[in-house]
Amino acid sequence: MVSIQNLHKKFGKNQVLSGLNLEIKEGGIFAVLGPNGSGKTTLIKCLLGMVIPNKGKISVLGVNVKNGSDYRNKIDYLPQIANFPSNLKVKELIKMIKDLRGNTTLDQDLINLFKLEPFLDKKLGNLSGGTKQKVNLVLTFMFDSPLIILDEPTSGLDPISLIRLKNLIQNEKAKGKTILITSHIMSFVEEVSDEIVFLLEGEIYFKGSISELKTKTNQPDFEHAIASILTDNHA
Amino acid sequence: MLKILKYSFYDLMRSRWSYVYFAFYLLLGVVLLFLNNDLSKAVITLMNVIIVLVPLIGTIFGVMYYYNSKEFTELLLAQPLKRSSIFLGQYLGVAISLSMSLILGLGIPFIFYGLFKSSAIWDFSLLLITGTFLTFIFTALAFNIALSNENKIKGFGYAILLWLFLAIIYDGVFLMSLIMFEDYPLDKLSLIGTMLNPIDLSRTLILLKLDISALLGYTGAIFKQFFGTNFGLIVSISMLSVWVVMPVLRIIFKAKKKDF
Amino acid sequence: MKIKFISFIAIFLASFLHAQTIEVCEDCPVSKLNDAIKVANSFDTILVKKGTYKEHDIIVDKPLTIIGKNYPVIDGELKGEIITIVSDSVTVDGLFIINVGTSYTEDYAAIRVKRGKHFVIQNLVLEKLFFGIYLEKAHHGKVFHNKIIGDAVEEYNSGNGIQLWYSKDIEIEHNFVEHVRDGIYLEFSDNCLIKNNVSANNLRYGLHFMFSNDDLYQDNNFENNGAGVAVMFSKRIKMYNNIFKENWGTASYGLLLKEINDAEIKGNTFEENTIGINIEGSNRITYLNNNFINNGWAIKVRGACYTNHFLSNNFLYNSFDISYNSNINDNLFDKNYWSNYTGYDLNKNGIGDVPYRPVKLFSYIVNRTPETIILLRSLFIDIIDFSEKVSPVFTPDNLLDNNPKIKKIEW
Repeated sequence: MVSIQNLHKKFGKNQVLSGLNLEIKEGGIFAVLGPNGSGKTTLIKCLLGMVIPNKGKISVLGVNVKNGSDYRNKIDYLPQIANFPSNLKVKELIKMIKDLRGNTTLDQDLINLFKLEPFLDKKLGNLSGGTKQKVNLVLTFMFDSPLIILDEPTSGLDPISLIRLKNLIQNEKAKGKTILITSHIMSFVEEVSDEIVFLLEGEIYFKGSISELKTKTNQPDFEHAIASILTDNHA
Repeated sequence: MLKILKYSFYDLMRSRWSYVYFAFYLLLGVVLLFLNNDLSKAVITLMNVIIVLVPLIGTIFGVMYYYNSKEFTELLLAQPLKRSSIFLGQYLGVAISLSMSLILGLGIPFIFYGLFKSSAIWDFSLLLITGTFLTFIFTALAFNIALSNENKIKGFGYAILLWLFLAIIYDGVFLMSLIMFEDYPLDKLSLIGTMLNPIDLSRTLILLKLDISALLGYTGAIFKQFFGTNFGLIVSISMLSVWVVMPVLRIIFKAKKKDF
Repeated sequence: MKIKFISFIAIFLASFLHAQTIEVCEDCPVSKLNDAIKVANSFDTILVKKGTYKEHDIIVDKPLTIIGKNYPVIDGELKGEIITIVSDSVTVDGLFIINVGTSYTEDYAAIRVKRGKHFVIQNLVLEKLFFGIYLEKAHHGKVFHNKIIGDAVEEYNSGNGIQLWYSKDIEIEHNFVEHVRDGIYLEFSDNCLIKNNVSANNLRYGLHFMFSNDDLYQDNNFENNGAGVAVMFSKRIKMYNNIFKENWGTASYGLLLKEINDAEIKGNTFEENTIGINIEGSNRITYLNNNFINNGWAIKVRGACYTNHFLSNNFLYNSFDISYNSNINDNLFDKNYWSNYTGYDLNKNGIGDVPYRPVKLFSYIVNRTPETIILLRSLFIDIIDFSEKVSPVFTPDNLLDNNPKIKKIEW
């Protein structure tokens, strides 16, 4: 599905990714974890072609990301901070994204799912953070793409919406899709993910299932396992 | 690209600033024409305003739009769209909506005043063409500045400096160097100096209409050829086009290499 | 009036006392104008019928009335002067005179009056000429409704349309002169009236005065000449209601005043000239109720000009209103309207509360370095002009219009 070889990225003097290699197979939910500044977002942005690597090769579904933008038709991306043009109405934004990517009928189900109906005629600038995030989710999930990338999907969501989101993610997984998630909410990660990728200082520190991580770190639960990695490496 | 252009344009056409800009020109046009009742004087005042304000507003607005729509841009970048079409679309959206505000804002009062029956229509159209060129040039320059500076404050600072330089400081340096080298033949130098600054270039274009009597008083042969024939008009307009194309090419180039 | 009356008497006498009319046509007994003059008695009328008469050196040496019917052509075949009048009381009317000879030693004219008086030259059409109508030491005559169309290219081998030399009390009215060197030229000619003429597209000046005093020109139109009117070394010239338009070029003026005193310039319009009025060494001149519209420089003052009065003129949209090349001023500007005036009128008396300073620093800079003209209307220039306005250093600090009008002056 996704293959990354020897990925290097530097912002100024700051080396963010240094020789990262990663293979992600088709199907399943992968969580990309790591402390702040470990290069999670950079990695995702490299996948999406938003950040241009200094070195290395990335291919998504067998296509090198350097060769054009069409491969992004196969990716649904949920950006971290949902900040849309404030003069557009929700309806118009959805229509616009559909206009840009091609038509879909899934949006109506998603609008119903997140109870966005009353907000459709409001301007995006007047929405609360949570509602914006719901709109963001609608925009992401309304295209039926094989690869889904979610950057902090839970931020600002109320508990009911969070449950709906989890269901949604499980449904997509059931369809055989590959889902890539970054999150700071460990319980969420633990609940949804099949495999985790732990980044530390621009390299992959750990890749495997949660139980493997627990074994490796000798910790009873996931949260402590993560904490122990961090303390071991920073002590 | 056309889709991006369409959405940027709609977005801007509905924004408060477009209305402010439009209302400002509308007011200016109405005040100049109906309180003054003198078309020639109105055209001269408008010229001064356009030469100074259009570049300022173009740069500030361009930088502002770029920074404000950063997240939107990121949203677009994740879509299967080419980078060049995203940025060109946004650039054209800003430039066209600003030009529309200018043309409609000034055009409406002038039409009500009876422009079509007046002999000033050519001067006035030239004014609007120049204003549109300046909008396109300075919005492109603003996008360049914003693309090269992540820091908003820095970006705004450079934008204002750029305007200050091209609108005022450049002419000061230009004047000083002309006076310093007055013993040498200067007509070529002065024309080249003009070509290198889009504000001066537009000013010359308007001078050709408003002050041709004075310009023909100068003896230099190149001056004469430039101002006495259509040569000046053609050269100025093509140079203005170059001034639009160069920064736009740099937008495309920069956009391709930039990380978001 | 006096001249009209005398010429009327002359015609009256010619037709009634002698009552002889000689007809000239191609197959009449008299087929040449020259022959007709020879056989005619004083005060006869010669009627020239339509046709082409190849003649030159026609000497009119007695008081005659020569009338062309349907514009007969007198063709000089470029051999020299065509008609020379050496008698008083001659009228020439309705001829089409072409092909005057060109010479570098003699000023051949289509028609010349030499020491004559009470003459009338009217309704002539002159083409392919060297000099057109040449009045030499003539007086009390009238040049009326002639059309002079030259084809002058270079100043050195072309002549003037209407030239006066040591002539007095001449009326020049309703003539149309174009494409010659000077449209109308007066040298040592006093008390002349020049009225309702159009002088356009001439190489040098539309109208030119040299050493001529007490003349009046009014209601004339001077368009697209090398310079509209040049008045030099003359006194007490009156200039009323003329139009000076589109005199463009490096040394182009609507009106050039050089060493002239006590003139009066009133009600004229100067429009789209490179320089509206160029003044050199001219004193005690009154400028009243003139319109200066869209000129490069409305008024350019070079060198010693004293006690001139500029009153109630309109200065509209000129690139520069007034330019001085020194910072001394002895001239008065008062109650003019300046379209560039930005002051206010709080007491609503129609006069601006802040004086207007018509000389800008930039005009001084342009005088020094002409190429800087390219910076005209730049914001930077506006700023330095403003600072000069606040504290004048390079421009005369007493050069002010203390009562600038708020509205365009109508009269």
